[in-house]
Amino acid sequence: MKELVVSKIREGTVIDHINAGKALLVLRILKIQPGTDLTVSMAMNVPSKKMGKKDIVKVEGMFIQDEELNKIALISPNATINLIRDYEIERKFKVQPPEVVEEVLKCPNHACISNAEREPIKPRFYIKTEEMKVTARCHYCGRKIENLDDYIS
Amino acid sequence: MKHLISITDLDKEDISYILKKAEEFEDVAMGKRKLRILEGKILGNLFFEPSTRTRMSFEVAMKRLGGDVINMTAQEASSVAKGETLADTIRVVSGYCDAIVIRHPLEGAARFAAENSSVPVINAGDGAGQHPTQTLLDLYTIKKECGRLDGITIALMGDLKYSRTIHSLIKALALFEMKIYLISPEALALPDDIIEDVGGEIKRAKLEDVISEIDVLYVTRIQKERFPDEEEYRKVSGSYRITAETLKKAKDSMIVMHPLPRVDEIHPSVDATKHARYFQQSFYGVPVRMAILSEVML
Repeated sequence: MKELVVSKIREGTVIDHINAGKALLVLRILKIQPGTDLTVSMAMNVPSKKMGKKDIVKVEGMFIQDEELNKIALISPNATINLIRDYEIERKFKVQPPEVVEEVLKCPNHACISNAEREPIKPRFYIKTEEMKVTARCHYCGRKIENLDDYIS
Repeated sequence: MKHLISITDLDKEDISYILKKAEEFEDVAMGKRKLRILEGKILGNLFFEPSTRTRMSFEVAMKRLGGDVINMTAQEASSVAKGETLADTIRVVSGYCDAIVIRHPLEGAARFAAENSSVPVINAGDGAGQHPTQTLLDLYTIKKECGRLDGITIALMGDLKYSRTIHSLIKALALFEMKIYLISPEALALPDDIIEDVGGEIKRAKLEDVISEIDVLYVTRIQKERFPDEEEYRKVSGSYRITAETLKKAKDSMIVMHPLPRVDEIHPSVDATKHARYFQQSFYGVPVRMAILSEVML
């Protein structure tokens, strides 16, 4: 008998086809933190025909802005978004990496001004995608990041 | 508003324009002609790290063009740093002057300063990051002393890992399709991501293998503090020292450059050879900085 791993939502945002094991990073990117009032369900390492294994995140009662959702492409460029209304998919799209992100990544260079504690500075990165590989370059010091997962702030 | 933060903010045309302008200022830099185009303008020198020649040459450049200078030295900066953010210092100082020159130990500090400034900001070195005015004066030196920039063969020697002078310069050299040799101890090699970024013709080499081929030998200081112990430093620094003897196989027209100060990487015996250009290079800092100041302030 088939069983639903995560129940359907009536209204809200479903993030599907997240690379396996990265659902928690997705929550961090969306700034969904402990103490949130939102109803959030999450499934990790769910079997997937296309991907082998995948993660899914469902956020009930909230239509997250495209701009925020596209940041997920930094760690999972194949992720798809379903905006749900009355249990039906109202809109579906694949995340697109933004050209610039602010306050999502942290520069690995300790000598970068963006890591200076007391400065009123927003870490800012330019994003580049080549053959599905996403890299980021620090606006301030020019440092290139290849493994973006490690630097989600 | 025009800032000068990184050499990569400039294209080949911008660089050629500044170098051409510098040439027009050379006699003013030497005191042979008076010019007052920056009269009534004030330059704010903010040096959060010690500097002698960069700070002085900016000051001279400003004064030769009739302008005035206010200085904040590294010592004063350290007391500022106790309580005030860089953002606030910049907001305050940009109210006092018409342009700011900044040197700071953190990479990206000049770009952040520009974002908080109401006047143009010129980067005079940010950590191991960029030093674009040094790069422009280096290019000016090559152009003046070799007669051209395109197609030059240049060897960069010394600390290629931490030297901001090298990191800035190499990006500009690639713009002019120069052939670049890198000569350094393994521990101080140019980071691969910079080589990748720059592209073009770059090869690691030994000085003795390329000395007869190169047009320019650009030497930088190997800093003691980069090594875990003194013995290791001595071993490495000894093999990266230029003497008049080392240069015997060089072309007559080959020039030796160095951003200065030197310690012992260029032996004084080189000073008297036809190859030495580092003091001339140092002087060229004045007309080049005059060109930059007039460009951002007028």
